[in-house]
Amino acid sequence: MEFFLQNLVNALQWGSFYALIALGYSMVYSILMLFNFAHGDIFMVGSYIGLGIATLLLGLGVSAGWAMPGWLVLILTIIISMFLTAFVGILVERIGYRPLRDAPRASAAITGLMIGIILETGNLALLGARRMSFPPLIKSVTYDFGGVFVTNKKILIVLVSLGLMYALHNFIQRTKWGMAMRAMSYDYLAVPLMGVSLNVIAPMTFAIGSGLASAAGILYGLAYPVLDPYMGILLGWKAFVAAILGGRGSILGAALAGFLLGFIEIFVAMIFPSTLRDLIAYSIILLILTFRPYGFFGQAHSTQLRL
Amino acid sequence: MRRFSILAVACLVVALAFTTNAWSFGRKTVIKIGINAPITGDIPKVGEGTKYAAEMWLEDVKKAGGLEVGGKKYPVELVIEDNEAKAESAVKANTKMITEDEVLVIVGPQSSKQAVPAGDVANNYETPMISPWSTNPNTTKDRPYVFRGCFLDPFQGPVLANFITEEFGFKKAAVLYDVASDYPKGLAEFFKQAWEKLHGPGSVVAYESFTTKDTDFSSQLTKIIKSGAQVLFTPQYYNEVALIVQQAHELGWKGPIVGSDSWGSAETVQLCGKDCYGLFFSTHYAAAGATGATKAFIDRYQKKYGYVPDDVAALTWDSLGIVKTAIESLDKLTGKIKKDRKAVRDAMARVKNYKGITGQMTFTEDGDPIKCAVIVRISDKGEYEFYKSVCP
Repeated sequence: MEFFLQNLVNALQWGSFYALIALGYSMVYSILMLFNFAHGDIFMVGSYIGLGIATLLLGLGVSAGWAMPGWLVLILTIIISMFLTAFVGILVERIGYRPLRDAPRASAAITGLMIGIILETGNLALLGARRMSFPPLIKSVTYDFGGVFVTNKKILIVLVSLGLMYALHNFIQRTKWGMAMRAMSYDYLAVPLMGVSLNVIAPMTFAIGSGLASAAGILYGLAYPVLDPYMGILLGWKAFVAAILGGRGSILGAALAGFLLGFIEIFVAMIFPSTLRDLIAYSIILLILTFRPYGFFGQAHSTQLRL
Repeated sequence: MRRFSILAVACLVVALAFTTNAWSFGRKTVIKIGINAPITGDIPKVGEGTKYAAEMWLEDVKKAGGLEVGGKKYPVELVIEDNEAKAESAVKANTKMITEDEVLVIVGPQSSKQAVPAGDVANNYETPMISPWSTNPNTTKDRPYVFRGCFLDPFQGPVLANFITEEFGFKKAAVLYDVASDYPKGLAEFFKQAWEKLHGPGSVVAYESFTTKDTDFSSQLTKIIKSGAQVLFTPQYYNEVALIVQQAHELGWKGPIVGSDSWGSAETVQLCGKDCYGLFFSTHYAAAGATGATKAFIDRYQKKYGYVPDDVAALTWDSLGIVKTAIESLDKLTGKIKKDRKAVRDAMARVKNYKGITGQMTFTEDGDPIKCAVIVRISDKGEYEFYKSVCP
């Protein structure tokens, strides 16, 4: 039982990252009907920006003679990096995708791949191949609940992720901007005629997705404090799988599928030899897609998807 | 015309000088030892350590008046060639030293990348060669003239199994390794074999793996903790070590975590922090906390060159020591280079229990030393401290 619960806790943390990253894929798809393959690398950039901000804040605190408490640094880091990474997202849209908006879909798709490679190698050129260590902003405390070990970081990661998802949900459902996004995803040809510009909504979507990726990057840095320029590739691919599994363009689907992916990976490794983890985990997902080719919340009759 | 004849005469004189020079060497028999090192290129620090260790050794030999063979002292000369950390240049350097300089023995090259092809040249020319630092099995494999000064990668498996058994008295071990990388995978297998030989089949209670670039090991570690293992062995590189150790502690792992020489980078502690303090790993040599001859070597080197010698310098020192022992064990040097080379090779193969600063060495038939590994403890200040020496 403790064994099961322990794995459940592990899976919740691991699934949070997939879910947060998958949201970005899904949102961009619902507006522009293309997958932003640079998203995994935007997650990496967000993580590095977070590292920079955190180091800067800690340094400022020291030079000002007042060491900021770690939680304050963390909150500030998350907020500032989300903003900065949002601008990176806007830039990616402006430079990479807008000129190609009317180009064939395949061209737009490889644009994402190229931007991804540019971000990776740019980082490599800027900071070198040495791996960076993310500063431990909050002291790790391990709680022992009858044999189930939970750290304060794990709780924080899951809570912040859920909080961000809830905020996104409210934003899309309750605000005027959210309504514009929903309308745009419904028909991106007719809606601009009513005074909502795609050139506003598309960058906004990229900005929100990138901001979430940045939050994921910082939380990731807390849990796995070794950063390298290629850290976003594998995670990005797997989050992409989650986005498809959730149903293309579905926010709720992407979040749920992200967590599901985490659960499948962790529990497969729990039951089977860990060497076979990805083999079995992704066979299961292939099987799910065979029976539900549109994912959990995707609709069969339309490629237009709902937010 | 006149100018030409002057030039021709000059050439002749120079050529004559060289030949007489060569004759006189042939008569006097100077022992020439070739050093094939990466003085320039990607890893100049390795070349520098090699050169410095060799020069220190030569100093000692000169002080003793040369090498003594059969009651006669022979002067020694070093021929240091730069291989630019390139395989082609290492081959060229070996060929030049063997055919032009007529060296008796070659020490180097250091990295396997250069030592494997250069070893082929030495073996073909029947010239004994010893690579102090190359860990690839192919360097010495099926090459009777090629030796090495360090242990091979797989060797650390049994060494660590013995160390854990003696130090902690544990019976159940867990292994976590990267299934997609040669070095950890091989080492994990060798450790498992050795451990099960000591404690019976099934004593490795958890044998878990992951794939390169994975960062979350929580499910593997949860399994390992549940299995009741007393110690965790993980032969990973420094970036993974940091993640594995931290996550293990967060999941409630209390036992020791043990690693191999891949931990021995300064970055391990940088990335891992306090979580890695007090852990053990095996390696070639440890500078901090060394005693006896090892300490004497380190102090002398540091005084002379201003920094603590790394494992390359120490292994080069030992390799030269073996060469010296082998040459001095001969009855006589004939002065015929081919015959002498063969004699030196045989003498090197016969070396038994050579006491080096990196441990005692005896060569196997392949020219690989049976030697003890050093167990390093990461101190509470994050330094790599000599803990003990363990033999297979």
